[in-house]
Amino acid sequence: MFGAALAALLAGGAVARAETVAIVGGTVYPVAGPKIANGTVVIHDSRIVAVGANVRPPAGARIIDARGKIVTPGLFNAYTQLGLDEIGAERSTHNDRAHDVVAADFRAWEGVFSRSAYIAATREDGITSVGVMPSGRFVAGQGAVLDLTDGVASEMLRRGPVGMVATVETNGFNGGDQDEATDEETAGPGGDVPPPASRAEAFAQLREVLDDARWYAAHRARYDAGASRALGASRAALEAMIPVTQGRQPLLLSANRVDDVDAAIRLAREENVRVVIVGGEEAWELAPRLAAAHVAVLAGAMNNIPQTFDMLAARQDNVTLLRRAGVQVALVGNGGGDEQVFNARNIRYEAGNAVAYGLSHDEALRAVTLGPATIFGVADHVGTLAPGMDANVVVWSGDPFEFSTNAEHVFVRGREYRDRSRQDELVDRYRHLPRKNN
Amino acid sequence: MRMNRLARALAAVITAAFIALPPPGLAQQTAPSPSPAGPTPGPGALSVPFADPYPSTYTPYPSRPTLIRNATLLTAAGPAIHNGSILLQDGKIAAVGADVAAPAGAVVIDGRGKFVTPGIVDVHSHMGDYPAPAMQAHSDGNEATNPNTANVWAEHSVWPQDPQFPRALAGGVTTVQILPGSANLIGGRSAILKVVPARTVQDMKFPGARYGLKMACGENPKRVYQNRGPSTRMGNMAGYRAAWIAAEAYKRKWDAWNATHKGDPPQRDLTLETLAEALRGDIYVHMHCYRADEMAQVIDMSHEFGYKVRDFHHAIEAYKIADLLAKEGIAATMWADWGGFKMESLDSVRANIGLVDAAGARATIHSDDPQGIQHLNQEVAKAMFAARRVGLNVTEDTAVKWMTINPAYALGLDDKIGSLEAGKNADVVLWDGDPFSVYSHAEKVFVDGAQLYDRDDPAQTWRTDFELGYVKAAVRK
Repeated sequence: MFGAALAALLAGGAVARAETVAIVGGTVYPVAGPKIANGTVVIHDSRIVAVGANVRPPAGARIIDARGKIVTPGLFNAYTQLGLDEIGAERSTHNDRAHDVVAADFRAWEGVFSRSAYIAATREDGITSVGVMPSGRFVAGQGAVLDLTDGVASEMLRRGPVGMVATVETNGFNGGDQDEATDEETAGPGGDVPPPASRAEAFAQLREVLDDARWYAAHRARYDAGASRALGASRAALEAMIPVTQGRQPLLLSANRVDDVDAAIRLAREENVRVVIVGGEEAWELAPRLAAAHVAVLAGAMNNIPQTFDMLAARQDNVTLLRRAGVQVALVGNGGGDEQVFNARNIRYEAGNAVAYGLSHDEALRAVTLGPATIFGVADHVGTLAPGMDANVVVWSGDPFEFSTNAEHVFVRGREYRDRSRQDELVDRYRHLPRKNN
Repeated sequence: MRMNRLARALAAVITAAFIALPPPGLAQQTAPSPSPAGPTPGPGALSVPFADPYPSTYTPYPSRPTLIRNATLLTAAGPAIHNGSILLQDGKIAAVGADVAAPAGAVVIDGRGKFVTPGIVDVHSHMGDYPAPAMQAHSDGNEATNPNTANVWAEHSVWPQDPQFPRALAGGVTTVQILPGSANLIGGRSAILKVVPARTVQDMKFPGARYGLKMACGENPKRVYQNRGPSTRMGNMAGYRAAWIAAEAYKRKWDAWNATHKGDPPQRDLTLETLAEALRGDIYVHMHCYRADEMAQVIDMSHEFGYKVRDFHHAIEAYKIADLLAKEGIAATMWADWGGFKMESLDSVRANIGLVDAAGARATIHSDDPQGIQHLNQEVAKAMFAARRVGLNVTEDTAVKWMTINPAYALGLDDKIGSLEAGKNADVVLWDGDPFSVYSHAEKVFVDGAQLYDRDDPAQTWRTDFELGYVKAAVRK
């Protein structure tokens, strides 16, 4: 946790202030337990120190009156490229992908642009943690969880790596974009090795990489002596794959087609690795098996379009059905509209739509807090309101999933951010026309 | 017209006979046909540029008189009517008010706790010309072979079996403008369609709707044609101006011939014909333009050639020149919060629509997206609350206009659709709650009085040909 240590040492805001704050009178959703009417949340320094109905604010605490308001953990968008791609159509601003087809050693968070205009805009909507994930043509590399603090990326880092990103949809057609809907690149900056030509090859190569990583871990001396067997990836990539082979780091596998979800479940069992399905548009069809295999799913609540032959059975209550069967889930955006960067902030509306398609409100809140925190192994720091947790806390004017609601107070690691994002400044400038200088 | 299950069920009730296809379009032509002998040539061969060679064959689906009562009516024509009633009869809105009597035999729907709005109008969609699934074979939205393709017509690309259509209808969308893409400076003609099950695009065409002309500013055209040009914004402007100059000459030639009908008519040119119609004001110019400074230059260009821009689409920076747009009478069509996908979209603010509206310009939501089109009510909600956050007093009565009467105006159809007023087409949505709540759904959707979507009756849901055998009916619960 060197990131947290760095933050503790360097982050002037949170530490230097040593502020004690008591949020009183609100309806508190700890997520770890039932909601608390007229509850109190006490923050000291960067941590939550008390949560409950009968908590007395410490002497000298700054009091925030939350009567009539909702208090939740800061929201967590599990799958973004926040800080990785500032301008969609400008490759010079992209840091989301590696050159290699098997780029397991690529650590996405090392490319994060901490001055991204979208960090404040996301935070001011009550999102305090994000998964930052690489893109790629096959094995894309390692993702991380960042808290949306000030400072450089290493200070924002909550934990990295949290998962190895890969896809089995390596032969997709990407040229049918809506006019303005997407400006995604179809390939990396020109890798020499093509990705697997079809999904069976993708699964075969995944198995090979896992096997090579195991062999490499057991034979480093032979490798260094130049007596290695032939290996399908670089030394650094195999080194990075070792935690995956040991089940210590999940494989975040993009898969939508029901057959691919099935294959992913079998891969997890046969290779003894932890698999998390990303996308999972047809995962609902295998919900009981996913639950039994402890395979979690990151999925959205807004797509119902058969955009490819791999998602003919896409439906908006996918997450509802998965959760009902007991599958661990985290909500991610799949409704179109820059949901992984500019509108990573809209994850709270994704949650609202999940409720509109049958998920309970409590489950939807869990799917944007504790759910992703559990999947990524950071639930000891974020995702719930409990003593000892990092103070990522939001006071909402009302239901956090409603358009009418504002995030009125946003705390990240105990510091309250009163953001004026770039967008706020633009509105200030043009609120009254004509401007004086024209 | 394709008989879907819904139509079949209704037909059984009212025993209405379906006509397989309406009479051929040629019968409707009014063009002079001085052919002395032999087979009658078509109007295209006779060089009659004002003909309607691909006419609408739309006929409304069968409907029954329907009264929705006890609902909140967001009319887009005045203040909300609480506990109000609306009567749909013979395809039209027959009455709207506090108390409307149900005629004998009418379907009566209790709207307690529910809301009624006009059918949503989306002026920027590529459904049918970029259909799902996204396939090489389906990439029919950009004729990216020349910076000026005013000669192409979007309707000739539209696939009526696009599964995106029924999903848009289920989101309360009843009228769409399908546009060519933005690869070109001048992309071609748009198609104004009803969102209804149909075998042919002609069966979807909104009768009497004017064509639009898609034009595009900025990054897209200059990126696509880097090698041959335009490759700069100044190159873009030079390209439009050259096209208008040619169109002006063509228009004069035709105006002269039309005045006398003497001698051979000038030879038709599809590109110039469309542009000449835009100069005449018979075709509306819909211009994709993000940046405020570029919109201002396009406005100057419209003065230079004497045409009107009807509507700027994707107008990310409209809020910076909202006063100018109001003065010029140009509508602005916007997303609620898309941005950052290219430099010219970086200055996106959620208050954009509210600020444009407050300045007195026509403000409109659009989707440009098969997902977004399914919840334009939510997009309007984002924009409405964002406007309130910056201190603008935007009511639901105003916000509902952003997805109904204002886009109807942009298409020149505000006399037919876009508001709940007696005499208008009965394009109506019943919502199961406040449409500006994230939890609400379109419950029933009526097009010309015919109920074509019912959330409570999934067995009747419109399934396109593509979905058969691929997307199980049971899935669409």
